[in-house]
Amino acid sequence: MSPRLRFAFWLSILSLLLGSLLALAGGLLWADLNSQERAAVLSLLAGRGALLVVLCGLLLIPFGVLLRLWLAAYPEVVIRLSEEVGIIHRVNPAHRVALTGSRDMRRLGAALNAFAEAHCALQREVAVRIEEANARLEQEKNRLAALMSELDQSVLVCNREGRILLYNSSASLLLEPDAAGPAGAPVGLGRSIFGILDQRLIVHALERVRQRLQQDNPSPVAHFVTARGANLLRAQMAPVLDQQGELIGFVLILDDITRSVELNSRRDALLQQLTEGTRAALGNIRAAAETVEQYPQMDAEHRQRFGKVISDEAQRLSQHLEQVLSQHADLLRPQWPLEDMLATDLLLALQRNFAATLGVTVRYQGGDESLWLSLDSYSLVQALTQLMGAMVATLGIREVTFELAVEGRFVRLALRWSGMALDPQQLHEWEQRSCSPVAEDDAAASTLKEVLERHGGELWCQADALSGDNRLYLQLPVSQPEVQAPLPARVQGRPVYYDFDLFSQPGQTPELDELPLRELAYTVFDTETTGLAPSEGDEIISIGAARIVNGRLLMQECFEQLIDPHRAIPRESQLIHGLSPQMLAGQPSIGEVLPLFQRFAEDTVLVAHNAAFDMRFLQLKEAQTGIRFIQPVLDTLLLSALVHPGHAADEHRLEQIAARLGVPVVGRHTALGDAMVTGEVFLKLIPLLAERGIHTLKQAREASRKTLYAKLEY
Amino acid sequence: MSKTVLIADDEPNIVISLEFLLEQAGYQVMVAHDGQEALESIERQPPDLVLLDVMLPRLSGFDVCQKIRENPAWQHMRIVMLTAKGREVEISKGLALGANAYITKPFSTQELLAQIGAQLAVD
Repeated sequence: MSPRLRFAFWLSILSLLLGSLLALAGGLLWADLNSQERAAVLSLLAGRGALLVVLCGLLLIPFGVLLRLWLAAYPEVVIRLSEEVGIIHRVNPAHRVALTGSRDMRRLGAALNAFAEAHCALQREVAVRIEEANARLEQEKNRLAALMSELDQSVLVCNREGRILLYNSSASLLLEPDAAGPAGAPVGLGRSIFGILDQRLIVHALERVRQRLQQDNPSPVAHFVTARGANLLRAQMAPVLDQQGELIGFVLILDDITRSVELNSRRDALLQQLTEGTRAALGNIRAAAETVEQYPQMDAEHRQRFGKVISDEAQRLSQHLEQVLSQHADLLRPQWPLEDMLATDLLLALQRNFAATLGVTVRYQGGDESLWLSLDSYSLVQALTQLMGAMVATLGIREVTFELAVEGRFVRLALRWSGMALDPQQLHEWEQRSCSPVAEDDAAASTLKEVLERHGGELWCQADALSGDNRLYLQLPVSQPEVQAPLPARVQGRPVYYDFDLFSQPGQTPELDELPLRELAYTVFDTETTGLAPSEGDEIISIGAARIVNGRLLMQECFEQLIDPHRAIPRESQLIHGLSPQMLAGQPSIGEVLPLFQRFAEDTVLVAHNAAFDMRFLQLKEAQTGIRFIQPVLDTLLLSALVHPGHAADEHRLEQIAARLGVPVVGRHTALGDAMVTGEVFLKLIPLLAERGIHTLKQAREASRKTLYAKLEY
Repeated sequence: MSKTVLIADDEPNIVISLEFLLEQAGYQVMVAHDGQEALESIERQPPDLVLLDVMLPRLSGFDVCQKIRENPAWQHMRIVMLTAKGREVEISKGLALGANAYITKPFSTQELLAQIGAQLAVD
């Protein structure tokens, strides 16, 4: 009830009371009078009715003033006090009540503040204790998170319903939705794995895991392979069990096997080409040769024909062999674990090593920066340094020059020196020597020749008699380095990639409405626009959103996208959001961004401050983009008015609410910054709503609707 | 009367050896260069034995084998399959389709002749 209404209500009650008291007094007096006196009173009153009414009215004024003062001093202050105590108690312990109203009420307020202070101190102490207890647990969780994030393999942990409880960055990179590929949701806490990988595959694998558990299989693990865009993923599924041995979730370990499968199938093809591909030709040669052998008395014409068969087929076989080998040259190298390295980096390593261990000066002019090699750089550098050492000892070399050249698919590195030439025979001897730096006769150590074979490399020396220059050549194949996807840079702080509390949470059901607000997943979002009138052509220029899962705002799983509105941006709006036309030019259009945002917000309740405004912009794009946001929407503006009806309309702006609820405001008027603040505010509102008996989504939506109508009527 | 052998192979370089060897061994030899031709030749003059290459143009060796076995009149015709693929599944498929023997390239001509001789001696 508004203060004005309450005053009117009490004033009418007071007037009624006063009127009836006066009437009672008059009635009693009238009954006591005799007829003469009655006549005298009537004659006294006759013609003075108006005066009497005025007198009564005047009598009401002091009472009215007193009533107003009393209302302001007591009941209104009490209502406000109780709201504010509620804030201190439930939301922001640092909040203090305003000292208004009568002296008594002010004293009460001061006492409440003192109590709040003491309560605060106590809470802090409890918090410290809890903090200490949690620290140890947190440390263990961090260890797990660190381990996970360093794993090369992609790991996802899901609960029984397939909701993701934990993932590592490798998983989020591997399963990143591809704009061109299948429409999958991004990896995120609380999201369903079924939106990312084929549900049937996972259910089938889970079924096999269950079966193996029932059979007491010591390794209840299932595997499956699935294609994702152009990639082939191999997944291993292991169960997560509770103390009773009940299945409560599963771990998925994913490997991108695209490259290895391709390599294997190419190797198979090579093998097949080399075996089956040669059978026919060999068969022809053998049959012809055996025939000639068997019939030595054969006439010349026949003999010549068989001879031709043999030479034709032998030629065909040689060509076939050449062709196959040139196609698959890269497969025929021994598969020693090699790392990609820039050719120039190899030269720098050699330069440093030669100088440090042999005292040989190396000159190098620098060269092609983009040549990649596949190397086991340690053993190659060791082997070459040892070879250099032998050359220094034999030929007395003090200074060499490196030259780098590309010859077809090979990089050719030349060591040039002037002086004595190197005997190729000597080089062959050195190639056979073990290149262990410790013991020369270490049987396990590789020789230089073996090291070169591992790299598919060749070594030879040449002397130029004219110029007196000698060169030792090392030729290595050029490799195509795997493209390293850059890690997303916007993630700051320690990433929160796990939430094991989700284990105990049920899956999202159609009965979303009946679920407690605390347990739902939300997408809090905000938009920046060119103006306030979507129907008059104003456009969205930025969308920012973050997710709330299990009562936690996930800072790492955000959505932030600028949008080119393809129209002018008014100066006054630029002052608010600070986005200039230059910043928006070339950004994707709304038609490209909304599908991504829809995927991001999939299966969640939308939350925004003054959501009606943002939703209106989105709804106006429905026809154009075909994207509809049909999920439930909650508005922090309405919810705030719901929990703090005693505060005036302008006290429900985002900054005011945030200040009142103790939410620090950062990055105001960027879409993502506002979305984050809205999210924090929303989390603080949930317990306040619960105090007012609003627990479920349905209750929150119905209550919101009522405040909306109330506001409209007002 | 000498027995007849049909060589069905599209590679002239093997046909020349087979033809020469079989003729020297006293067989009457016919040659077909693809599957269709082989069937037509069989219809014209059913041979006692077909030396059938698997990888034939137009109609594969497997198909020819199947068609021969579908005809009740040709039930006693011997079929020896020749292949450049030595996989067990293929051998098993050939035998299942009714081939009497399966020989993988490269083969010994002596063994081939012995096999042909053995097949024709069964009757």
